[in-house]
Amino acid sequence: MSPKQKPKATGKETGNITSRPQLPKTPTGILGLDEITGGGLPKGRPTLVCGGAGCGKTVMGMQFLVNGANLYNEAGVFMSFQESEQELISNVEAFGFDLKDLIQRKKLVIDSIAVERSEIEEAGKYDLEGLFIRLGHAIDSINAKRVVLDTIESLFSDLGNPPLLRAEISRLFRWLKKKGVTAIITGEPGVAMLTRQGLEEYISDCVIKLDNRINDQISSRRLRVIKYRGSEHGTNEYPFLIDEGGLTILPITSATLKHLVSSHRVPTGVQRLDAMFGGKGFYKGSSVLVSGTAGTGKSSLAAHFVAVACSRGERAIYFTFEEAAEQIIRNMRSIGIDLEQWVRRGLLQFAAHRPTTYGLEKHLLMMQRSIYDFDPAVVVVDPLNSLVMDGNQMDVKGMLMRLVNFMKTKGITSLFTNLTVGGRSLEQTDIRISSLIDTWILLRDIENGGERNRTLCILKSRGMAHSNQVREFLLTDKGVQLSDVYVGPSGVLTGTARVNQEAAEKAAELIREQELKRGRELLAGKRSIVEAQIAAMRAEFKVQELASQKVTDVQEAIETLAAEQRKLMAHARGRDLSALGAPKRLKKGKSK
Amino acid sequence: MKATTVKATTVKATTVKAVHGNASPDLYVLRLYVAGQTPKSLAAITNLKRICDEHLAGRHQSEVIDLLQNPQLARKDQILAIPTLVRLQPLPVHKIIGDLSDTERALIALGLRERP
Repeated sequence: MSPKQKPKATGKETGNITSRPQLPKTPTGILGLDEITGGGLPKGRPTLVCGGAGCGKTVMGMQFLVNGANLYNEAGVFMSFQESEQELISNVEAFGFDLKDLIQRKKLVIDSIAVERSEIEEAGKYDLEGLFIRLGHAIDSINAKRVVLDTIESLFSDLGNPPLLRAEISRLFRWLKKKGVTAIITGEPGVAMLTRQGLEEYISDCVIKLDNRINDQISSRRLRVIKYRGSEHGTNEYPFLIDEGGLTILPITSATLKHLVSSHRVPTGVQRLDAMFGGKGFYKGSSVLVSGTAGTGKSSLAAHFVAVACSRGERAIYFTFEEAAEQIIRNMRSIGIDLEQWVRRGLLQFAAHRPTTYGLEKHLLMMQRSIYDFDPAVVVVDPLNSLVMDGNQMDVKGMLMRLVNFMKTKGITSLFTNLTVGGRSLEQTDIRISSLIDTWILLRDIENGGERNRTLCILKSRGMAHSNQVREFLLTDKGVQLSDVYVGPSGVLTGTARVNQEAAEKAAELIREQELKRGRELLAGKRSIVEAQIAAMRAEFKVQELASQKVTDVQEAIETLAAEQRKLMAHARGRDLSALGAPKRLKKGKSK
Repeated sequence: MKATTVKATTVKATTVKAVHGNASPDLYVLRLYVAGQTPKSLAAITNLKRICDEHLAGRHQSEVIDLLQNPQLARKDQILAIPTLVRLQPLPVHKIIGDLSDTERALIALGLRERP
């Protein structure tokens, strides 16, 4: 290997998987695996894939080659030590791998090594040069970049010279490296070893372990990258699935919280509900939970959400675990939502699975695959609970966390419904996934006055202003409608009770208005009386004023007369005129 | 088996005697696969010649194939180990791997000596 292929791992950086220089990698094209390994298998080196019988080693190897040919234009050689070419071709046909076509197009060579133990005798020294020549010829004939050896350890039961085989296999791996091909070597687990013959000693670059275990009668497959020299990788056990498309591994995304956060909004499909979210709806790429007891309208809300997305021309997937697609379409038509048109136009995809058909992981993986294939903008899972069976809550949570994360990375707005069982706390989900949820809408029915009525409120909505009001949730033939509830001294009233209350209030209002009017008239009457009284009093006052004026005038006249009199008298007595002021004082003080 | 259609490459050290004639039950048709002139290959050729001379004089038809020159034959004839001697006749087909230095085992494998 060249030095540039081996960047030194300083270990000082704390960045994530993609931030530091990595080994050159060969993408496998297997959903999920490239994400776990940060890009694929080490380029130009052998990788050991080990696991028991039926774990999917062969499929994985074949998929590696088929994807290489179809997606990355890299030819491959499959060397089988167990199955014949014909067997291989027909075995993987079920996965949609057309090997014959690839062979014809010189993208694939299958070489099946058949060693018939009974036909072979050993007489003297030998080596496996024949194998090298075969492989070398196969590689050169189509300029292959990828090689799978499945399962080379079979040789140990065919040939009776383990030390020689060991040395030869070790030489083979070195030779493969020198050839610069990216190889998958499969092996079956041995006692206290990853492989029977300890191949891991010779393959030190990358080791992947596959596992198929049974839990509660449901088998689940797991994959783990045990070692990946010179590269960071996910170290967990990741569930995987083998279905008609080959292998799929969860997560398709890396486990980091690195998704792009959008502040773009998507409408909920219900105008009043949008209004409760500040008039705009959910955040794009957020996860929404609609929880409520049976029959509270969860699916209807989901249908609205899907329909409005489709009317924008976006694609949507509706995963349903309880009803058939036709049933949902029919039911939604009754509230005025036509989902069928979107199905016909290829914008809406229903994926209906009975929850018991598969194990949980398979469900989620299939959902993931559907999402990958259909590339929707909106996903509905209705209801989430169906996936929960006895004792797998933690698993469900883990898987959902991955699913939610996966959808977030893809910018998909997801809506989950959750059926709350009566008698339990409503603000709690079976799976306790509330922490994964950005927006939580609670639907509740209230029994009052001999009827059940639905209400809606927003329990939480991260990062946006939202209404804290309870709304009444009505299912009409024009879809979901929200209306204000009556909140008064007797509590929250909905339905007929609300209508009654509203009527009663109207009546009371009328009465109040009339009373007010009457009061106003009364006041006006009183006012005129008082005003009349004031006028009378004013007149009386005037009279009195006049009377007192008269008295004063008379007195003044008398005074004037008296003064005149005194003056005349003084004059008559011949008194000095300068003393004339005195009589005034006299008048005030002493006269009278 | 299409033994005669295979183009045998002559390896310098081989002068294996070939007897032509109808396939009699006695006739041994042998093919030795080698890869270049490695010590093991050369030893195998020498040993085969010796065995033929000593035990199959006049009743064998042998050829040596160098896989380095005909690599496609390795796959076609299911060769893994080198050297490999294939006994095409008498049937059943038998493969003897190794440089035939263990003469005893080689003779047993060829059916020229009883199993002990």
